[in-house]
Amino acid sequence: MNYLVGAFKPPCNIFISFADGRSRKQVPLKKENGKTVMVALFQSQENIVGEVVIEPIQGKKVEHNGVKIELLGQIELYFDRGNFYDFTSLVRELDVPGELYERKTYPFEFSTVEMPYESYNGVNVRLRYILKVTISRNYVSNIVEYQDFVVRNYTPPPSINNSIKMEVGIEDCLHIEFEYSKSKYHLKDVIIGKIYFLLVRIKLKNMELEIRRRESTGSGPNTYVETETLAKFELMDGAPVRGESIPIRLFLSPYELTPTYRNINNKFCVKYYLNLVLVDEEDRRYFKQQEITVYRLLET
Amino acid sequence: MMLNGAEDEEKWLAEGIAGIQHNAFYMHRALDSNNLREALKYSAQMLSELRTSKLSPHKYYDLYMRAFDELRKLEIFFKDEGKHGVSVVDLYELVQHAGNILPRLYLLCTVGSVYIKSKEAPAKEVLKDLVEMCRGVQHPLRGLFLRSYLAQVSRDKLPDIGSEYEGDADTVMDAVEFVLQNFTEMNKLWVRMQHQGPGRLREKREKERNELRDLVGKNLHVLSQIEGVDLEMYKETVLPRVLEQVVNCKDDLSQYYLMDCIIQVFPDEYHLQTLETLLGACPQLQPTVDIKTVLSRLMDRLSNYAASSADVLPEFLQVEAFAKLSNAIGKVIEAQVDMPAVGAITLYVSLLTFTLRVHPDRLDYVDLVLGACVKKLSSIPKLDDSRATKQVVALLSAPLEKYNDIVTALTLSNYPRVMDHLDNGTNKVMAMVIIQSIMKNNTCISTVDKVEVLFELIKGLIKDTDGADVDELDEEDFKDEQNAVARLIHMLYNNEPEEMLKIICTVRKHTMAGGPKRLPFTVPSLVFSALRLIRQLQGQEGDIVGEEVPATPKKIFQLLNQIIEDLSNVPSPELALRLSLQCAEAANDCDLEHVAYEFFTQAFVLYEEEIADSKAQVTAIHLIIGTLQRMNVFGVENRDTLTHKATGYSARLLKKPDQCRAVYACSHLFWVDDQDGIKDGERVLLCLKRALRIANAAQQMANVARGSSGPVTLFVEILNKYLYFFEKGNQQITGAAIQGLIELINTEKQNDSATPDSASDAFLASTMRYIQFQRQKGGIMGEKFESIKL
Repeated sequence: MNYLVGAFKPPCNIFISFADGRSRKQVPLKKENGKTVMVALFQSQENIVGEVVIEPIQGKKVEHNGVKIELLGQIELYFDRGNFYDFTSLVRELDVPGELYERKTYPFEFSTVEMPYESYNGVNVRLRYILKVTISRNYVSNIVEYQDFVVRNYTPPPSINNSIKMEVGIEDCLHIEFEYSKSKYHLKDVIIGKIYFLLVRIKLKNMELEIRRRESTGSGPNTYVETETLAKFELMDGAPVRGESIPIRLFLSPYELTPTYRNINNKFCVKYYLNLVLVDEEDRRYFKQQEITVYRLLET
Repeated sequence: MMLNGAEDEEKWLAEGIAGIQHNAFYMHRALDSNNLREALKYSAQMLSELRTSKLSPHKYYDLYMRAFDELRKLEIFFKDEGKHGVSVVDLYELVQHAGNILPRLYLLCTVGSVYIKSKEAPAKEVLKDLVEMCRGVQHPLRGLFLRSYLAQVSRDKLPDIGSEYEGDADTVMDAVEFVLQNFTEMNKLWVRMQHQGPGRLREKREKERNELRDLVGKNLHVLSQIEGVDLEMYKETVLPRVLEQVVNCKDDLSQYYLMDCIIQVFPDEYHLQTLETLLGACPQLQPTVDIKTVLSRLMDRLSNYAASSADVLPEFLQVEAFAKLSNAIGKVIEAQVDMPAVGAITLYVSLLTFTLRVHPDRLDYVDLVLGACVKKLSSIPKLDDSRATKQVVALLSAPLEKYNDIVTALTLSNYPRVMDHLDNGTNKVMAMVIIQSIMKNNTCISTVDKVEVLFELIKGLIKDTDGADVDELDEEDFKDEQNAVARLIHMLYNNEPEEMLKIICTVRKHTMAGGPKRLPFTVPSLVFSALRLIRQLQGQEGDIVGEEVPATPKKIFQLLNQIIEDLSNVPSPELALRLSLQCAEAANDCDLEHVAYEFFTQAFVLYEEEIADSKAQVTAIHLIIGTLQRMNVFGVENRDTLTHKATGYSARLLKKPDQCRAVYACSHLFWVDDQDGIKDGERVLLCLKRALRIANAAQQMANVARGSSGPVTLFVEILNKYLYFFEKGNQQITGAAIQGLIELINTEKQNDSATPDSASDAFLASTMRYIQFQRQKGGIMGEKFESIKL
């Protein structure tokens, strides 16, 4: 993203590239302008190594007070637009003040960078990682260049993963018992389970399982909660009778989920819920929501 | 809304079909360009048309079949991994991403079928998964069709014995398990259909349900086609599981259909070996189930099976088929308290048919069945249900038809007891059936016991039953019935005189209770039956030793005497008179003067006291004369008394012509044309003269009354008598006398007042021709006739 300053074109081009850029995995990232670009993928504790190339435009010289590269982890809350909270900020000086006449390459390296949070693009909040190159100048504004990258952190399979089992109902109307085999799912997991009807006195039409994402931002009185339904999956067609047991098998891979984020720098959290919805013939909806934990399992 | 129901449905169907065609078009395009993603998308959309709730089963089937055809194309595409580049395992997951359950499961079944074919996973795993996942569709109609689709695509991929899908992990047991589970679920859905929607549409729903039954039944058919289902497995697994479902579903339509299905699709041999289990389920069915039809079909099948080959009969005995069936029927009747009598009886009819066909030699079985039926019948009030009555008749007719011999039926102690439960009308019908059977087969009933039983059976015909409405009787029917009884009496016969006498006594005992209307029909038969015995005894007279023999003609005559007396008391004097004369004649043949005299006395008494009608008198007197003429047993004195009486009565008849005819008939009493017959020419002449006098008187009376003399018929008749006796050589009858008579006739004819009568003229002419003929013949007779001058 170029910040154009005044009517002038910047006197130089800045290219940021990663040392292992060709072999590193690229993932899509949705930019602010709605376009999707492919960017490099990192995880926490990785070394971020690369180089910055500054190429002055033919015949121009660039005077500067120094060149630096920063690695920033930022949280941007949309209702607080323009304010970025940097939770990570690392700086490497690339050049002392001077003048540039020709193309110059600066290698850089951030070793074992702590990047505890994953990149996230939500409804009200965005968490992003960028490399920012600044050529500081006197009197005129600095020349700045950004390079986004994505961070994903992997979690080992949880050692404890209990099933979710519950009996719910409306007295003398509907009693069901449902069971999801696990409470924690990785992103490509399958939800297996069943619903057992103990008592059915209402005329059901169908039943579906929804995956809902609840994103809450801010804190205290300024908390904003946004809930999205990511999946609607019909489990049952028609009215069951007592004793019927309906299987659940829902593959998570088709849906764009992220891991569960409990508390990201006290700014936001993202949680996932399974919502079991029963619809009766008058389109009344009966539902029960259960939180599940989503985690990212290292893909092999 | 209901009025336009059918129209709307057509519209919805058309929309559905259009939807399928539209999406199928895009699906084909995707298939042609090997675009899996698009193919899945459009096929799912196409299948979404099947989510409709608006169509009746019939229309839904139409829609389903169109989707089915399209799915075949999709399946072919799925099979060809080269085209879409996705392994079947991945494909199996991929189709499960569809959000709507119905399209998802149709696709899953389609891929599942490819999956099994690929053998990348054991067939049983895939089948199990499919049948389990299909639980998601709980809507009865949609679920039934979905599962029917599953059954359809999987039926050639079951791990049956000898199939390519059979392996270490996949056994025929898995195949059976799969089909059983699908069957169970389908039946549950099918049953549930009945309980959905408003109650007022119940009938319509039931009809619609009925249309779907073959979807459920197909599973049983598949089961029966599995090679690996041998008797053992059928006995241990298949049948118990199927029956469990049938019993538990508590739905009469389903229970009836499925029981029938079981009976029809599995081999007879299996049924025979599992009879106990199969029958054990029957009492547990709903009371409204038409179990009698089910059991009847079973018994039909079994009896056909038994008939198919004699080799299988030992099997029937070994498994005690009869006992089990009989037992089961008893239990069913006991369990279904509300079953109408007709149902119970129909069951017994079936059982009886079965018994007669499978164990024709076991009369005790037949009797047992009848006994059970009696028990049932006695627990209910008198039958008034016409259908039930019909069944009882069928029940009773079956043994008759089978054995073609009433004697067999007579040994069945419960037979008459069943008949007791019929109403009067039907009882009679049944009695007629029995009699007709006897007639048809010419069965001879030859012992007293059997006769007793027989009369017990047909007692409806023999006597008035209590409370029978006499007015209801149809005269014609009554006659037919009684004639039948009369014919029957002749079939009761034994060569042994002693036994025969007993039979006669028994018959008498029964028939005499018949009342005035019946006796005239039955007594003649009885009398002639007795007379036959007498003639038989007479034939073997030489063999009779001593007077100790119980069956002597005398005794029988005594019996007859009483019978006739009874008859005359009815009163039916004319008949009694005829029978008396018959007896007299028989007594004559037996040389029993005394007895014959007695019968004659009886006849005369009847004539005098009972026969009042003049026409009847004429007939009676002629009969008496005829019989008397043939008697040769009487001594002079007795004979004189009797002839005297006969002539006396003759002259006292009401009308002159009748008197005349009777009197000239009496002339024969004095001239028996036998070797040692009485030949009293004088008295003959006397009679004839007397007749002539009466004829004259008659002629004069006619003149006085009508102004014209009657025809000369009487004279011609008397002339004939003259000629007869003349020919026979009666010396008292002379040619001159005849000549005189002819002249008299001619004079009468020429009388002005004579009315011409062609009949008497012809009679006279032919008489004259006869005389001419005799004259021309020559010889002694010719000479004799020459003396008559014409």
